[in-house]
Amino acid sequence: MESAVEVQDLTKDYEDIRAVDHISFEVKKGEIFGFLGPNGAGKTTTIRILTGLIRSDEGIAHVAGFDVLKNPIEAKQRIGVVPEVSNAYVDLSALENLTLIGKLCGVPNVRLRDNAAGLLKEFRLYEVKDKPVRAYSKGMRQRLLLCMALVNDPEVLFLDEPTSGLDVESARLLRERITQYNKDGRTVFLSTHNMEEANQLCHRVAIINHGRIAAIDTPENLRAQSMGLQYVEVTFNKVINPQEVSENLGVVKAVLAGNKVRIYTADPSTVIEFLVEYTKKNKLRILSLNTMMPSLEDVFLKLTKGKGAAIQ
Amino acid sequence: MSSLTEQFNRSLVIAKKNIKIYYSKGPVIIFGLVFPLFLALAYVIGRNIPLKEVLPGLIGMTTFFTATSVGPSIVPWETRSKTLERLLCCPVAVWTIMVGDMLSSFIFGLMISVIPLVLTLTLGVEPLSFVALFFGLIIANLCFAALSVLLSAYPPTDVPATSMMLSSLVKFPLVFISGVFIPVEQLPQWGAIIASISPLTYFTDMVRQLFLNKGFYPLALDFLAIIAFTGAFAFVAIKLHEKTLAKRLS
Repeated sequence: MESAVEVQDLTKDYEDIRAVDHISFEVKKGEIFGFLGPNGAGKTTTIRILTGLIRSDEGIAHVAGFDVLKNPIEAKQRIGVVPEVSNAYVDLSALENLTLIGKLCGVPNVRLRDNAAGLLKEFRLYEVKDKPVRAYSKGMRQRLLLCMALVNDPEVLFLDEPTSGLDVESARLLRERITQYNKDGRTVFLSTHNMEEANQLCHRVAIINHGRIAAIDTPENLRAQSMGLQYVEVTFNKVINPQEVSENLGVVKAVLAGNKVRIYTADPSTVIEFLVEYTKKNKLRILSLNTMMPSLEDVFLKLTKGKGAAIQ
Repeated sequence: MSSLTEQFNRSLVIAKKNIKIYYSKGPVIIFGLVFPLFLALAYVIGRNIPLKEVLPGLIGMTTFFTATSVGPSIVPWETRSKTLERLLCCPVAVWTIMVGDMLSSFIFGLMISVIPLVLTLTLGVEPLSFVALFFGLIIANLCFAALSVLLSAYPPTDVPATSMMLSSLVKFPLVFISGVFIPVEQLPQWGAIIASISPLTYFTDMVRQLFLNKGFYPLALDFLAIIAFTGAFAFVAIKLHEKTLAKRLS
């Protein structure tokens, strides 16, 4: 399968700060690729390099088959960008914004008119298409940004925190549209803080920390690699001291979470056997017992904050 | 070549957008309309000089102030509202955006500077060559528009007022050294040398020749000097904006 985005040894310094440190990865055509990382990890800098806004100091970046440093116009001709901060022209209407971007992307007039009308209807902006964007809510502006990114039918769509701060309905609409766009065979590069969103949408995710790639894999594989983060959550009819179960073989840590005891382990079945014995011995009753898999958030915290952070 | 034409077409799209957004902005109206109007009134009223004598300075001043009123504010404004980032995500070169900004400044200057010219013709004062005067007006407006975009390049601020203020610091001294108030031939030698570094000097001198048939430089030199200044301003403006772009986006 060909690559939609290919990055090798990409490095960017801001004066004495290294924002991106020799990162390499590949996004396959037709993939939704998540790019996760804490604030200041280098996500936005990477997206800005890939979308031709800034130049890297070292390394190579190819987008849609074009080198973004050598052929930025050709690369930008094939991408759509939804930035972190809304940047539609507030003095212009939604239709004027779409027309402007379409014309700057060289979309022929008839196709532009059809695309703009179709997108405005799909994103429920058609009724207000002639009103200045100044009067739009945050959700409407974000939907407009996605319309603007899609107006030229891009091969690769870059999204930087697209659902951040959005109401539930707008966020869901955006996610549905991103999924639909991907089903049409297009590639999506999604930077997000929302782990559930990444888990739901992305085929693969990269976790970046301090400018370096900490891990790249499918959400399932990343969770599987962190099985030490799975836990057994048990509620007894009395509150017990978690220390009493933490000394059991295979228990990484046991903590109280309300009236529940959360026992982190790589071997849940041994822990459950121990808990049954413990209950009989101490004349207790189990009210509830659940085995929980590590979430992508747990994996993220483990990789970005060190091993202990996820189970703090 | 086709990609050059394509990029130039996109400059026209950017210019159209600028016209829609920036022509009605307060600072543009103040610096581009109100200010030159009052300066022109102060220049004309109470001076016992024939209209023909007043015209070169009047047209020079009006053209200069109007054509330089839009350019300095666009890039800072777009930096602040993050729309510059939006433009740069599109398949356009930095020069495409700057040419678009220059064109919108040029059109504003041309529209306003035609007014005193029409008034003059209405009053029966005719130039030696109308075609030469109109061509001169076009290249002078282009030259001042390029200067205005250059004035927005440094410092890479996102505050339009800062850019407007700094551009005024350059524009006002230029008016005083450019033969607007005193013709270059009446200046001392050091004054004439200083005047020669201002593009406005050549435009005022050109208008003087076309209305009064007297000037300091040959007419062809006036035209060539303005064209050379236009090229130099546009080139430096694009290069400087390219250089300061990363700082604007950070």
